Amino acid sequence: MSGLSISRRGLLAGVSALGASAALSACGAKTGSDTSSGAGAKADTSGDTVKVGLLNSLSGTMAISEVTVHNALLLAVKEINAAGGVLGKKLKPISQDGASDWPTFAEKAQTLITDDKVVATFGCWTSASRKAVKPVFERSKSLLFYPVQYEGLEQSPYIFYTGATTNQQIVPALDYLKKQGLTKLYLVGSDYVFPRTANKEIRAYAKANGMDVVGEDYAPLGSTEFSTIVNKVKDAGADAVFNTLNGDSNVAFFKEYKSAGLTAKSLPVLSVSIAEEEVKSIGTQYLEGQLTAWNYYQTTPGAANEKFVKAYQAAYGKDKPTSDPMEAAYISVYLWKEMVEKAGSFDVAKVKAASDGITFDAPEGKVTVDGATQHVYKTARIGKVGSDGLIEEVWNSGKPIKPDPYLKGYSWASGLS
Amino acid sequence: MTVILNQSFTGISIGAVLLLIALGLTLTFGQMGVINMAHGEFIMAGAYTTYVLQKSISSAGLSLLVALPLAFLVAGAMGALLEWLLIRRLYTRPLDTLLVTWGVSLMLQQLARDIFGAPNVQTHAPDLLIGNVSVAGVTLANNRLFILGLALLCVLGLTLILRLTSLGRRIRAVVQNRDLAEVSGIATERVDRTTFFIGSGLAGVAGVALTLVGPIGPTMGTNYIVDAFLVVVVGGIGQLKGSVITAFGLGVLQSVLEYSTTVSVAKVVVLVAIVAFLQWRPQGLYTLRTRSLA
Repeated sequence: MSGLSISRRGLLAGVSALGASAALSACGAKTGSDTSSGAGAKADTSGDTVKVGLLNSLSGTMAISEVTVHNALLLAVKEINAAGGVLGKKLKPISQDGASDWPTFAEKAQTLITDDKVVATFGCWTSASRKAVKPVFERSKSLLFYPVQYEGLEQSPYIFYTGATTNQQIVPALDYLKKQGLTKLYLVGSDYVFPRTANKEIRAYAKANGMDVVGEDYAPLGSTEFSTIVNKVKDAGADAVFNTLNGDSNVAFFKEYKSAGLTAKSLPVLSVSIAEEEVKSIGTQYLEGQLTAWNYYQTTPGAANEKFVKAYQAAYGKDKPTSDPMEAAYISVYLWKEMVEKAGSFDVAKVKAASDGITFDAPEGKVTVDGATQHVYKTARIGKVGSDGLIEEVWNSGKPIKPDPYLKGYSWASGLS
Repeated sequence: MTVILNQSFTGISIGAVLLLIALGLTLTFGQMGVINMAHGEFIMAGAYTTYVLQKSISSAGLSLLVALPLAFLVAGAMGALLEWLLIRRLYTRPLDTLLVTWGVSLMLQQLARDIFGAPNVQTHAPDLLIGNVSVAGVTLANNRLFILGLALLCVLGLTLILRLTSLGRRIRAVVQNRDLAEVSGIATERVDRTTFFIGSGLAGVAGVALTLVGPIGPTMGTNYIVDAFLVVVVGGIGQLKGSVITAFGLGVLQSVLEYSTTVSVAKVVVLVAIVAFLQWRPQGLYTLRTRSLA
């Protein structure tokens, strides 16, 4: 099923690219021939350095989150270069600004691949941006490392997913709420692919587990007016709110939530897109005691994490927190390095073939790449926002959970994909 | 019943935010005919003024009170500078003004990003403004009440200035008939700059208010600018009265619809209603009766 849709999507993108290059016949032969031949761009590995692409929103509504991921990627590249590079070659990071705009992401991805001839690209945050660049990477047979938790139900042969898929974040979060006896849920999310899909999965889970979804609301991405949604939440008689809002909207939502007299005690909110950096910009006074679901916190114990936090703060400022997507971005560069070294080559097919079983002693604990799904085994962790703005872990899954992007191992999810 | 009352208050508080932002636009867009896309960035300037002030004044309440006049001055000065540098050269070319001020808006956003960083910043709200009061089962959030009061105060102040002061008389004279005002000895250029100063300054005040309800970041102004233009257009160009009624009307309509449907549906219905209304009354709710041909 998925293979068919991918090739159809690739075909469509190819056709539209052909149309575009025909229409803009004056725009230069290089781009035209690269995209229309479908053979993919050749990464340039001839010199002493190889280029890696960093594709993040450095401006726009998503910049609040994506700049930190960009910083973490740069840190990993710098560390790897200081330790001698990859296969004896230094990495040269090429940054492109996706500007929180999905078509721009696709355009910049193409620029990285065809003009800069990067060996791999790291980045994207929203699922919408990932869906926008997916056909570009597939058509060009180039690799993208995607570092953010997402809604699952995807498995592109040219993307490695180093953030959590549904069964490593949302499902454990629901298990946790159920265990706490919080069974009536209100779903609030931004109106795009991740919250819509995640909420479909939450509804399926709830139905199979005797939980109730008492309301579901979406706000346009970037929306800052939440008084009505908060009123609806208040009137619905829920036990907990499951929050999949993204970016700036969280600030307005939590300010409204507190003004309406709702607290973590009276009606807890479990968020899947709020990490340490967001806590800081929303304001600890609005978030204290609320729950989050991730695989990593700045407070996660272990020597690898101590080293990561120290290095990050040395590079970007003492008061800068580290967060899950940053950590997933940081390890994505290292995982790619391990794959390349195991393969002994920068060649995409060889790197993919070498990926299975690659492990890395990550700040979140040991992670292992699952070659079949191109996802990563990760430990799920539920945390609570403390008064210092950091997140304290209150529960974890004990061991890394095998990634299951299509939720094949869960009977309730059978109707989803 | 409680639901209806609750939603009405929500609508009125949304309207108050819209009104605060639209007030400045009523002056610059309504009275001077300048489509100033950088108006949102003056809001942002006001919000960042609050943020900077809070770094030196630790008391949240005091810094908020100081921020209100200071933000007015900061945003007002930025507006006057923009008028003096660019807009006055483009008064007869509205489309060029639109493009130029949009460019200025992008530059100001990037400037904010360079100075304060791309991530949002936070300010501390005074404790007094964080909670809520309950009246007959209706929850009135304190910060919303504060914004409502502030908006009404600004409307009152602006009305008094326009009605009672000589500056107000000059502004009205220029709006009604620029040429006649000029031959009567009114320095229209200086009036224009003052009007722009006040209009932009009001955006700064709106920015201070918005720190209580929304994010403070480089792009915060863009979230509100379209809705504010809608208020001015529907209210009738240059009509304070129209803006007040429209802001509260749209706020209540949006929140009531949103409660029974979804955010997106409510937005669509409101926009359709506006388009239909403007088909029927292209000049907006209220119009200025004037003998000038323009």
